[in-house]
Amino acid sequence: MQEFNQPFVTAWQLVASADARLAGIVLLSLGISLTATLISCVAGMPVGALLAVGRFPGRRMLIVLFNGLMGLPPVVVGLLVYLLLSRAGPLGQFGLLFSPAAMVIAQAVLVTPIVAALTRQVIADAWTEYREQLRSLGASRTRAAATLLWDGRFSLSTAALAGFGRAIAEVGAVMIVGGNIDGVTRVMTTTIALETSKGDLPLALALGFVLIAVVLVINAVAYAVRGWAERRWG
Amino acid sequence: MNATWLAVDRLSLTEGATRIIDDVSLAFGAQHTVVLGPNGAGKSTLLRLIHGLLHPTGGSLLWPQALSQAMVFQRPVMLRTTALANVIYGLKLRGYAATECEQRARQALARVGLDAIARRPARLLSGGEQQRVALARAWALEPELLILDEPTASLDPASSREVERIVKDIAAAGTRILMTTHNLGQARRIAGEIVFIDRGRIVEQTPVQQFFTQPQTEAAQRFLKEETP
Repeated sequence: MQEFNQPFVTAWQLVASADARLAGIVLLSLGISLTATLISCVAGMPVGALLAVGRFPGRRMLIVLFNGLMGLPPVVVGLLVYLLLSRAGPLGQFGLLFSPAAMVIAQAVLVTPIVAALTRQVIADAWTEYREQLRSLGASRTRAAATLLWDGRFSLSTAALAGFGRAIAEVGAVMIVGGNIDGVTRVMTTTIALETSKGDLPLALALGFVLIAVVLVINAVAYAVRGWAERRWG
Repeated sequence: MNATWLAVDRLSLTEGATRIIDDVSLAFGAQHTVVLGPNGAGKSTLLRLIHGLLHPTGGSLLWPQALSQAMVFQRPVMLRTTALANVIYGLKLRGYAATECEQRARQALARVGLDAIARRPARLLSGGEQQRVALARAWALEPELLILDEPTASLDPASSREVERIVKDIAAAGTRILMTTHNLGQARRIAGEIVFIDRGRIVEQTPVQQFFTQPQTEAAQRFLKEETP
C-alpha cells in the first residue's frame, strides 16, 4: 500500500511546491492549446454560421464533412501536419517542425471542425427563430450570420470550450509534430505518456492532476460567465 | 374608394398537395386593411407573401408604386442587446449613419412610450414591452406599408390596448396598415376595409361597417357568430 501511495504523495508535493519544471510544461500546454483554440474559433465560427444560414451548392456535403471531421483521430492529423511541415513538404521551408508553432497548427486543424460543427448547430437553431425578422429588416445572409454569431456569443462559448477540451487533452498530434523535446515542445499529455512509460509516476500523476484541474476550472468559469450573461441579457 | 396600392393576381402557394393560398385575386385600396378568417385560413401566409418572406408558387403581386415595408410579428424577436440597440439594428441595415440611427431610434422608442427603458436588455422586458420595441423598430424605418401579423395575440389586455394605441398612431401618421387579428373589436377599431378569407380563398372584401352589420356571405356570418362572445 505504501508503494501505491508514494507516487500520489510526491505528485502532490510537486504541485504544491509549484515545481519549476512542472510549471513550464503546464504553461506551454496552456499557451499552445489556447492559441490553437483561438485560431479555430476565428476560422471555424464564421464557417459554421455560414453553413447554418447560407445557401450555396455543396452546403449539405460540407455539413456532413465537418460533422465527420469532429471525430478526426489526432495521430492522423499529426501525421498529415508532419508531412506538410517536414523538410520535403510544401511548408518545409518555414522550418516549423518540432516547434510549438507546429503543435498549434496541428491542434488548430484538429479543433476547427469541432468548433465549426458545433457553431453550425447553435446558429441553425437561432436562425429558425430569427429568420423572418432578420429578412424582414433586410439583412443579407452574410449579415444575418454575423448578427447570429454575436447574438449567440454566450451559447458559442460551449463550442469554444469543447474545442479547447479536445486540444488540451490530445496527445497523438502534438507528439508527432512537436517531438516531445524537453523544455521546448514537451506538454502535459506528452510528458504523462513519456514519464509513465519510463516508470516515473509522480511527475505523470502531478500533470494528470493539473490537467484535470485546468479543464474543470475553465469549464466552471465558462459556466459562471454564461449564467451571468443569460441573467444579464436573457 | 382609394387608389389601388397593391393588386394581387391569381396568387397561389401550394405545399405538397395542400393549397395554403388558393388562386387569390384582390385589390388593396383602403388605407387600413384587416384580414380576418378562422385559424389556418392562410392569413399569415398571405401577409408573408405580400411582405416577400415567401415566394408564391403561382400568380403575382402588382405594386403600382413600390412601397417601403416593415413587418411586426406575433412573437417579437429581440436581439441579446438593449432595446435601443434593437431599434438601431433595423436602421443600420437601411444604411443610416450612426448618429442618425441613434436619434431616430430614441424618437421611435419615445413614441411607443419606452424611452425610459431604452438601455435595458430587450430580452428581459415583458412580452408587451418587447412588442412595443418591435413596433418602434418598424416605425423608426418610416415604412409606407406596415404589416402586422396578430401583434396582440400573445399579450394581456392592457398590453394589447397599448399596442393598438401605437398601431393607430402609426396609421394616423399616414402609414398604410395591413394586419391580421383574432380580436374583432380591434379589427373594427382599426380597419377601413375587411378582407375575409377561409381555406386559402378570398370569401369577401367589404368596408368595415358593412362587414360587421351585414356580412355578404354565409361563411362570414358564421365566423362572426362563432367569434362574438
